[in-house]
Amino acid sequence: MASANTFEEFTQQEYKYGFVTDIEADTVPPGLNEDVIRLISTKKNEPEWLLKWRLRAYRKWLTMEEPTWHNVHYPPINYQDIIYYSAPKPKKVLQSLDEVDPELLSTFEKLGISLDEQKRLTGVAVDAVFDSVSVATTFKEKLSELGIIFCSFSEAVQNHPELVRQYLGSVVPYTDNYFAALNSAVFSDGSFCYIPKGVRCPMELSTYFRINAENTGQFERTLLIADEGGYVSYLEGCTAPMRDENQLHAAVVELVALNHAQIKYSTVQNWYPGDKDGVGGIYNFVTKRGKCAGEGSKISWTQVETGSAITWKYPSCILQGDNSVGEFYSVAVVNNMQQADTGTKMIHVGKNTKSTIVSKGISAGRGQNTYRGLVKVLKNAEGARNFSQCDSLLIGDRCGAHTFPYIEVRNNTATVEHEASTSKIGEDQVFYCNQRGLSTEDAVNMIVNGFCKEVFRELPMEFAVEAQKLLGISLEGSVG
Amino acid sequence: MLEIKNLHAKIDNNEILKGVNLRINKGEVHAIMGPNGSGKSTLANILAGREGYEITEGEVFYNGENLLELSPEERAWRGIFLAFQYPIEIPGVSNTYFLKTALNSIRKYREEPPLDALDFLALVKEKARLVELDQTLMNRPVNDGFSGGEKKRNEIFQMAVLSPQLGILDETDSGLDIDALRIVANGVNALRSPERSFIVVTHYQRLLNYIVPDYVHVLVDGRIVMSGEKDLAFQLEEKGYSWVENQDALV
Ligand SMILES: Nc1ncnc2c1ncn2[C@@H]1O[C@H](COP(=O)(O)OP(=O)(O)OP(=O)(O)O)[C@@H](O)[C@H]1O
Ligand SMILES: [Mg+2]
Repeated sequence: MASANTFEEFTQQEYKYGFVTDIEADTVPPGLNEDVIRLISTKKNEPEWLLKWRLRAYRKWLTMEEPTWHNVHYPPINYQDIIYYSAPKPKKVLQSLDEVDPELLSTFEKLGISLDEQKRLTGVAVDAVFDSVSVATTFKEKLSELGIIFCSFSEAVQNHPELVRQYLGSVVPYTDNYFAALNSAVFSDGSFCYIPKGVRCPMELSTYFRINAENTGQFERTLLIADEGGYVSYLEGCTAPMRDENQLHAAVVELVALNHAQIKYSTVQNWYPGDKDGVGGIYNFVTKRGKCAGEGSKISWTQVETGSAITWKYPSCILQGDNSVGEFYSVAVVNNMQQADTGTKMIHVGKNTKSTIVSKGISAGRGQNTYRGLVKVLKNAEGARNFSQCDSLLIGDRCGAHTFPYIEVRNNTATVEHEASTSKIGEDQVFYCNQRGLSTEDAVNMIVNGFCKEVFRELPMEFAVEAQKLLGISLEGSVG
Repeated sequence: MLEIKNLHAKIDNNEILKGVNLRINKGEVHAIMGPNGSGKSTLANILAGREGYEITEGEVFYNGENLLELSPEERAWRGIFLAFQYPIEIPGVSNTYFLKTALNSIRKYREEPPLDALDFLALVKEKARLVELDQTLMNRPVNDGFSGGEKKRNEIFQMAVLSPQLGILDETDSGLDIDALRIVANGVNALRSPERSFIVVTHYQRLLNYIVPDYVHVLVDGRIVMSGEKDLAFQLEEKGYSWVENQDALV
């Protein structure tokens, strides 16, 4: 019947961010060794301590094994085939946005990110990272009046080395895991943000990551510090061109919240997921962690993960300060051949610490979605509380949802609650909607958005709308 | 407006409908009765465009169009509404949002502008009153945790809001208490008009006291074996289907 076609047709809308920008790039040859690391460090005019840190990370990495405990499958990555540094070639040192290569600006325009400060979304400052390099940061001056530092990582290394040195690796040490070690050795840029004492950042800060160059790994590093009583809401968005080979993205994000500071970190991740047969796509192996270092501090992660061939990512919170709060709200979508192994870790160290986990996994096509979460309550975490809710939604019957909640409690005053559910978008539901006049596409979108409501609510308004649209696109063709 | 000609349909290679003929004019109410498993819901589902049935013979015309070639939503846009025997639950989607999206997609087909929130709310209030639907149900997810009776009432409420041309009610009366039956029937009656037709599937003559049909058909084993006017329902209630089957044998 006609609707069977719509189910199928609904499948393959092209990835709309899949274009390539033709731009001259400064690229080092593929492969990794100490010389490449020295070269990256030199190109970035880095201080000696940072080079040493990179080299220590590299040597550590050489001794580590790629993790295999996760529930994703991919052919071995040859780390010598990857290009570790590629930067859009600047004509000269940029003084203002007007001097940014128009090709680059138009790339970001195409992606719906305006770097032109006049036309930007109201109240959003953007740092745009193209391949591994930050190309433009908007609203810098306005922010600096408040003492807020928001710039590329490289600039921070030049202009605020003491802050970088104090906090770099303080949440995710280079010894943490294989990909974090690799990132520490070769990271080329990323965003840096510092919110001073008592300052409430008046606008959303946003980093937009774009992978463009071929065979290039993207290893960016984000470091965000909210000093006592500071507040910031931060958003990152990610896209990449469609390419037949897999590309590695191994980023590290570190957040530090001091006494009574609050950080809200939202991600809309839409890396190229590969085609419907699983050819191409980004391997997204990312380490994100926040430390609620201070008393009464709060870190909240919200993520909408629709892209990447493989996602391996556990934005986590170390609740060290007493009365600190960690939150994790996640929507992870897999369609076609995508695989995701994602979740969070909430480590309760301080007293009366509180964490909330809301995870919504959506699986369609032959996608495999795994939630992996750890709630750990240490001995001194009197009165710690956690609530976790993991819901899975299946679309069709060739996909899978898996849930691995790990709970370790060493303090008997702790309360840990876990709820889970699995449901399925049935043909009955779709038919019911069709019968009321809704197309299959609208029906699926409506049901999925309903399912994700609690997470979307946590996103800043403009991005919630974007995220909803994105979900619709990701799930095209998933029913039937 | 609706003409079903010699309709044969199979599910999983079992023939369920074995030559159904039925003609419905504008403004008419046709009741369909018949034993369990005789194919009443099958017929209703096929008219609404549900997948999974193989039409082996026959055709269906709706306002001159070949109905069987249209997708379910295209049929809905053209004014076909099915009140489900077992309404489906859609967790997470509010009843109001669902209905608004549905109404606006139908309006789009009719080239009417979408209703804004205020007009929609006014319409919903008016129609909710018609079937005395508890307003709090409007903000709950579609049919999620509704009682059996609330679900049925919600179906008629949706029908009132979407104002179809052909309403197909599949056992809307089952699961309703006596008061609700009266209320729902009155709701349907309020929707009767010279432009709107109904197919009312029911097991009980009682409903037909409230919704008085123009014709009653008896479906047995995939065929309409007897048709008559409203008093046929009384005879059925009195004598049971074996009477029809014997009559059928006599023919
Ligand atoms: N998906 C299916 N697979 C196999 N047989 C089916 C399927 N759906 C319906 N049938 C069969 O088709 C026949 C007709 O079913 P239908 O639901 O149309 O009956 P009905 O007249 O509506 O009955 P009731 O009065 O009990 O609602 C039944 O024998 C039923 O078992
Ligand atoms: Mg039935």
